[in-house]
Amino acid sequence: MAVNIKINGQPIQAEAGKTVLQVAKEHDVHIPTLCYHKDLNPTGNCRMCIVEVKGGRFLQAACVTPIWEGMEIETSSEKVMKDRKLTLELMLANHPVDCMTCDVAGECELQDLAYEYQAKVPAWGAKGTRYKVDSDPNPFIRVDMNKCILCRRCESACAEIQGRNVWGVAKRGFEEVIVAGAGVPMLEARCESCGQCVAYCPTGALSNKMNYGMGRAHQVTKVTTTCSYCGVGCQFDLLVKNNKVIGVASNPNAPVNGMALCVKGRYGYDYIHHPDRVVKPRVRRYLLEERGKTKEDGGWDWIDVEWDVALNIVAKKFMEIRGNFGADSIGLLTSAKCLNEENYLMNKLARQVIGTNNIDHCARL
Amino acid sequence: MDDVAKEAKAFFIIGSNTTEQHPVFGTTIRRAVKYRGAKLVVADPRKIDITEIATLHLRQRPGTDIALLNGLMYIILEKGWENKSFIDERTENFDEFKATVMDYPPEKVSQITNVPVDQLYEAAEIIASNNPTAVLWAMGITQHIVGVRNVMDLANLQMLLGNMGKAGGGVNPLRGQNNVQGACDMGGLPNVFPAYQPVTSPDVIEKFAKAWGLRTKDEFILHPSSFILSDKIGLTVTEMMPGILEGKIKSLYILGEDPVMSDPDTKHIRHCLESIDFLLLQEIFPSETAAYADVLLPGISFAEKTGTFTNTERRVQMVRKAIPRQGDARDDWWITAEIAKRVLFHLSSFEENEKKEERRKIDESAPWAKWDYKDTSAIMDEINALTPSYGGITHARLEAGERLQWPCPTTDHPGTPILHTKQFTRGKGKFMPIDHVPPAEKPDDDFPMVMSTGRVLYHWHGGQMTRRAQGLMQVYGESLVEVNPDDAVKLGLNGKSKVRITSRRGSIEAQAWVTDRVPPGMVYANFHFPESSANELTHASLDPVAKIPEYKITAVKVELV
Ligand code: SF4
Ligand code: SF4
Repeated sequence: MAVNIKINGQPIQAEAGKTVLQVAKEHDVHIPTLCYHKDLNPTGNCRMCIVEVKGGRFLQAACVTPIWEGMEIETSSEKVMKDRKLTLELMLANHPVDCMTCDVAGECELQDLAYEYQAKVPAWGAKGTRYKVDSDPNPFIRVDMNKCILCRRCESACAEIQGRNVWGVAKRGFEEVIVAGAGVPMLEARCESCGQCVAYCPTGALSNKMNYGMGRAHQVTKVTTTCSYCGVGCQFDLLVKNNKVIGVASNPNAPVNGMALCVKGRYGYDYIHHPDRVVKPRVRRYLLEERGKTKEDGGWDWIDVEWDVALNIVAKKFMEIRGNFGADSIGLLTSAKCLNEENYLMNKLARQVIGTNNIDHCARL
Repeated sequence: MDDVAKEAKAFFIIGSNTTEQHPVFGTTIRRAVKYRGAKLVVADPRKIDITEIATLHLRQRPGTDIALLNGLMYIILEKGWENKSFIDERTENFDEFKATVMDYPPEKVSQITNVPVDQLYEAAEIIASNNPTAVLWAMGITQHIVGVRNVMDLANLQMLLGNMGKAGGGVNPLRGQNNVQGACDMGGLPNVFPAYQPVTSPDVIEKFAKAWGLRTKDEFILHPSSFILSDKIGLTVTEMMPGILEGKIKSLYILGEDPVMSDPDTKHIRHCLESIDFLLLQEIFPSETAAYADVLLPGISFAEKTGTFTNTERRVQMVRKAIPRQGDARDDWWITAEIAKRVLFHLSSFEENEKKEERRKIDESAPWAKWDYKDTSAIMDEINALTPSYGGITHARLEAGERLQWPCPTTDHPGTPILHTKQFTRGKGKFMPIDHVPPAEKPDDDFPMVMSTGRVLYHWHGGQMTRRAQGLMQVYGESLVEVNPDDAVKLGLNGKSKVRITSRRGSIEAQAWVTDRVPPGMVYANFHFPESSANELTHASLDPVAKIPEYKITAVKVELV
């Protein structure tokens, strides 16, 4: 059923049951949000999305207020703008203003809103830290509750997306604080280190430990790619700075997984730059000395060689073995970790060049 | 996966530790159960994470899946819960199948599986009364000598209930490695070309011979180094390894795999690889297998390459290069192509030396004979031309944001999210009568316990990558073997003990994790860490059809160290 409403004087027809925020979004009317996220159930607790409804006694949170026939809404009246600015100032009063060194500056939603509304820390606010910085031993997630604005997105993300319910709220009033389980370390509260809560946290309260201080949003390039671990096929963005992968970020358009990732996909990337990487072709010494296969006299030592040398040795060996024992004496194990295109070429090499069907991979294992 | 998570009324998960092995998919099931009210039946000897939210958890004895499934189907038939019209219209061989199932009354099944009779009834009711029920399975089903029969029996169940080809139903295998699906699709199998075109089919041979510039067999006399397409089914990985000792296999080219860690019976594998004439390994790390390699060529990680992976639901997605190649490492496709070119060059000059006629050479004028690809997109062109199900999947379409699941035969085809909606690939679905067969290795006085193997959330396969990821190592830095508290008491273990586990093939030591995740009489170990890899103990008894080893059941002895 359609109902008729007005937003900022503009008449709009919209479907009953929708919220003011949804309708405003559909009609490109900007209403700022903080605790709201499209993937999560709205809670209406941050009061950034308040709007003025004609005839209403209070300002209403747009994310949780459904529309009704004849509703008239003002999204940026003076009253609304003032109230939002005050809300921001109250948050800032209780927030360490160390944007200079904060890891998430540039992608912090609080910072953006403070900028938009030109909200400053009130003279009476921000008197030092209340909680331990980096308070949780979780190896991936950096917890700094001083920066928490109690939007509770972490709580919703963990519950609604991960289905894990690690985060909750303890105490009331000024003491109100987000805690894992009954105030225990995250892993003890059965956290799976998926990082969903970090991805949804709008501030630096929850951030990533592995790349803390290594690069801010505007300093990194994002490259969307597909996970190299399991067959679910999640997509995400690799964060690249100075030709190094310094992190992984959720990409909301990922077809299979949306913002969700698991611990391996999100935090298992540092093998890419591990010093153990083989970076030069290696052959056993005996191959260079044209001796038979032997471990004697250093014959089994690895020698780094140029590509040409290594590839020619390989080709010659395959050719000899094929000549002496037939094509079926050679086997190929292709890789479930490599690209389709690479697997295709392994299949072509086996069948067209070597002439054998001895090709398999570790799907069985 | 999306349809399953959104539309299944119930899930039946068997042999899949979904939340640890396919974590993001696991969470969608968690959500469906917690917030959508979907029912969940989990059949697994271990109390794995997902059992916590299960409506019902059946703890069958390891290796008794068929008995369990037949028992459930017996109850479904007994109660008349089967989907009669589906059976009549879309399937065949029902009567023969039914006769077999009738040998599995609940009491007997309960004895074989150790699952109480009332739980069997409850499970059958949940699975049958919620329509559709999605069946999910993984390696816990296939890594048995009866792996293929297990899978067939799951198909029986879904046909019986009419859950095949329905959004939110079906049998849904969860593929392990990120691109297992793609490796299979691309002909990384001994019996098929890309898109499962059989190597034994003369038409298929003809097609590829033409494309790749080869001659078909009848045109000339066989010579060991002549260029023909073999129509002989090749060896599987589990046959190649012993083939080395038998003298059949002289050389292996291994791309990004680590058989020393991932294959059963490590000691035997080491022995095989030690005996090979020439082992070429292409890897990013000096893996455990590298110790046996004659040549080690540095490939690159996914962050350094562009191309495609295919996920477990046949979705083809782009992988994009984010950073330059490390050191002097090269694209894996480039390396393979270089080897091919050089072998071809050597072979043809070798032929000339032997004064063989020109015609033994590859005909370079054939459309896809050559190896000078400029990038993976050029390789994809060739795949499009020769792989019907990938005919319309191009890099350009994927880069334009299209979401494609194969089959996608042409560039204007939208892809196929759900298979078998109207008809099975072979016409009618055929019921297969399947009987319970006990596992290959049984516990005895010397090896009284059963060990099962698998992976954990924080690590991946042979651990080459995850053991080099710092944070993952902080959370899970050494191998833990799960031991039931009852057994722990008997063995005198406490929370800090090390155990030695011995099978008929070897022995490992690892930290014990005393937990009721495993039932009494069973231990669970992983193969992520070389110093205590479960595969030192496993055996190479294979499923006769799929040639998959029975990792899930090894008889072992456990002692306190
Ligand atoms: S990392 Fe994941 S499981 Fe842990 S608290 Fe955050 S959302 Fe929950
Ligand atoms: S992020 Fe996790 S669930 Fe997703 S593909 Fe990677 S390993 Fe699988």
